[in-house]
Amino acid sequence: MGFPIAAAEVTMLGALTVLLLYQLIGEVIVQFARLPVPGPVVGMLLLFLSLWARRRIAEPLRDTANGILQHLSLLFVPAGVGVMVHFSRVSGEWLPILAAVLLSTALAIAVSALVMQALMRGRNGAGGRQ
Amino acid sequence: MTPRVADIWVYLSASPLLGLTITLLAYQGAYWIYRRANFNPLLNPVLLAIIMLVAALHVTGTPYATYFDGAQFVHFLLGPATVALAVPLYAQFDRLRALALPLAGALLAGSLTAIGSVVGIAWLLGAGESTLLSLAPKSVTAPIAMGIAEKIGGIPSLTAVLVVMTGVSGAMMAKYVLDALRIRDHGVRGFAVGLASHGIGTARAFQVSEQAGAFAGLGMGLNGFATAILMPLVLALWRWF
Repeated sequence: MGFPIAAAEVTMLGALTVLLLYQLIGEVIVQFARLPVPGPVVGMLLLFLSLWARRRIAEPLRDTANGILQHLSLLFVPAGVGVMVHFSRVSGEWLPILAAVLLSTALAIAVSALVMQALMRGRNGAGGRQ
Repeated sequence: MTPRVADIWVYLSASPLLGLTITLLAYQGAYWIYRRANFNPLLNPVLLAIIMLVAALHVTGTPYATYFDGAQFVHFLLGPATVALAVPLYAQFDRLRALALPLAGALLAGSLTAIGSVVGIAWLLGAGESTLLSLAPKSVTAPIAMGIAEKIGGIPSLTAVLVVMTGVSGAMMAKYVLDALRIRDHGVRGFAVGLASHGIGTARAFQVSEQAGAFAGLGMGLNGFATAILMPLVLALWRWF
């Protein structure tokens, strides 16, 4: 362990390779089996299953995954800037699109929160206060 | 502009370096504002960054395709980030198993609400078929939603924009919706936000508390699965009526 920084870099690189490898395997499976699910989702499921089988998470993998997930909202910026390409469609149908997105998002938040809370109360009586 | 500056601009505008750099700069500038405002949900950093970038591209007359040449390196990480969700899922697995029934019920109800209400409302207001199909998977994270849109006949790049709109609006309104419903449990709050508004909602939940963030990541991951599986069924029903 004479070069802790280099070791950390290598293991982070290893963790990134693991993530890409699982995505790649997921993509290949989806293509071969013609699944209706996108490749990264299958990759996520496979990684989950192998973590479950090994019963532990390697430290570098946890750090790298948490690092990527911490900046998750940054990753949506390039796709969001694409609004400029679709501006004519979005402005032509702006009312149905905006109303549907806003209302539906509020409804989805409300329904899932209410159902989850009701089912938690139903089970342990006192409710899920934390 | 002097000819020299113009030459530099011509060189830079053809290189992916500029698109990548301004994406990181805009996001960090937006995040700085967001933090200065004590994480006020209405100053969502994704929204601010997009506004800055669209304005900058518009002023300089840069086409989106040129910008995306650089920004694609950030966009690409959405794939590995989706795979990375397995890590918090596994870390929370014991707590999740204990809550299996409430989570499954909330997932089914929330996922169907997200798909059904967006298609229904947009249809009532007169949106066209390709817009409806692009809207349908709007609540799940971008690579999954784009994959679904492609399979059901929507426009993947339009879906990506609608996914971001959904994420930003969920992150902005969740606090007010959940406060109005008097839902206080951070697990329930997080799960609902992640389910309805994927990664942008999850990022917001992590800023509120770690528990909310972990449940949001779970809601986002599970809804990615649920939507991919439920979508063909919902569409078959829709066509049948």
